[in-house]
Amino acid sequence: MNNPILEIKDICYSYHTLKGETPALSHISFQVEKGEFLAIAGPSGCGKSTLLSVIFGLLVPESGEILFHVTPKEMPASRHQTAGICPKMGYMLQHDHLFEWRTIYQNVILGLEINHQLTPDKIDRVTEMLKDYDLYKFKDKKPSELSGGMKQRAALIRTLVLDPEILLLDEPFSALDYQTRLSVSSDICNIIRSTGKTAILITHDLSEAISLADRILVMSKRPATIKCDFPIHLTLSDDSPLASRNAPEYQGYFNKLWKEISDENYVQNTTPLK
Amino acid sequence: MRTTSKTPRPLSNQEKYEHFHRKQHRIITLARLFILGFFLAAWEFSACRGYIDSFFFSSPSKVTLCFIDMVKDLTFFSNTGVTLLETIISFMLVFLIGMISATILWYSRRCSEILEPYLVVLNSLPKSALAPLFIVWLGTGINTIIVAGISVAIFGSIINLYTGFKQVDEEKIKLIYTLGGKKRDAFLKVILPGSIPTILSNMKVNIGLALVGVIIGEFLAARRGLGYLIIYGSQVFQLNLVITSIIILCLIAMGLYQIIQGLEHYYKKKV
Repeated sequence: MNNPILEIKDICYSYHTLKGETPALSHISFQVEKGEFLAIAGPSGCGKSTLLSVIFGLLVPESGEILFHVTPKEMPASRHQTAGICPKMGYMLQHDHLFEWRTIYQNVILGLEINHQLTPDKIDRVTEMLKDYDLYKFKDKKPSELSGGMKQRAALIRTLVLDPEILLLDEPFSALDYQTRLSVSSDICNIIRSTGKTAILITHDLSEAISLADRILVMSKRPATIKCDFPIHLTLSDDSPLASRNAPEYQGYFNKLWKEISDENYVQNTTPLK
Repeated sequence: MRTTSKTPRPLSNQEKYEHFHRKQHRIITLARLFILGFFLAAWEFSACRGYIDSFFFSSPSKVTLCFIDMVKDLTFFSNTGVTLLETIISFMLVFLIGMISATILWYSRRCSEILEPYLVVLNSLPKSALAPLFIVWLGTGINTIIVAGISVAIFGSIINLYTGFKQVDEEKIKLIYTLGGKKRDAFLKVILPGSIPTILSNMKVNIGLALVGVIIGEFLAARRGLGYLIIYGSQVFQLNLVITSIIILCLIAMGLYQIIQGLEHYYKKKV
């Protein structure tokens, strides 16, 4: 323990428009251990996605710092509007955004193309991953010919071939229907665990958070702060997210989390509008 | 009205649908040809019978004779060639300038905000008003006509392309950034391939507008070209020549439009 790969220290962020300032994140601090699967849950619109964008470096925090321990020296993570300064992070968006004018294969190598890494061994790796995730047969198809789950897997490969240390997942399953969602989330969870990557998952689905994560952070309503920090320990025979929904502790965690989140919603609803 | 099939084997629903579809298609083609044939026949008939004065209104047979004469003395080739050349050059330049300007506007938000009112004003200005100025500045010749052709199409083209670029899904651009791309990658990998339908429909509009501009230019400042023939013919009361030229113009416009439509079909088939 206590081998953090990522340290978030006192992050504040506000959105500015001419009508005024909307504080989104307020003094957020937490650490992520190497190899940990962290879920962040919170009421909708509380700034979860903002937090991921700040961690990735798409948005620059107004105060605080993000430390990324991968080299012996502490190295501050990306600080600029344009990303790519921190190549050790991979970001998966809510929708797959596979381009219709490219085949699945061409979509998957998009990241390599942008980073000028189309080396033979990387391409071999792509082929191998396509085979592993049952997409090789479809590599010359257009995205519209694939199911939602297959598209999301292709999107994951697109992120993974860049070899990130930390994966940031921004509700990557929320656009899928319930059945696909269960199987894709378990697929993706297995892929992430088997490669030993660190992952931060944003979700508003509590059962998903419990079944996938090692630890859950609950965020308060806007301006978001970290409300509580739940480590999840499930006694399980096998480690699949589907089985974990049947673990004896599952219901207890669910109720505790539900209470935290609904308290939050209640406060939010009773706050008089200005 | 109920119809029963005369074939011994009853048609499946799919076959019925295909049959209906083919029939519909045939009716439309026939009706189109009929309108053309009827119009030409009525024109010829009323000119022969003297219902309309063929000196002013010409007639299909006179137009055909005039066309044969033009082909014989080669005026057809030189004039049509000049107009076609000017139109294609204007169109190409509009495409190039339009793409480059729209790209610059997309890259620099500040630039686009500063230039917006100018573009709007220049776009709504009737460009034919500028043609006399171009003659004074550039003389009478092919340059003036090409500039006139460009002036008609360019501002609308820039505005359309820029709007098309801006309509590309923000999230797709974010994806490029999450993969470590820069603004340049966002343009090359998302904006450009994603805007091809917009670019093609923009080209369709431009080819027509370039032709309008070229004809306006030729009216005022040319010694050759279909626009010149139309003005010349009307001044010497050779209305056969005027009408023949207009019909050739019609065919050119149709041909150019078809070429771009062909490109569009090719693109749709590929994607």
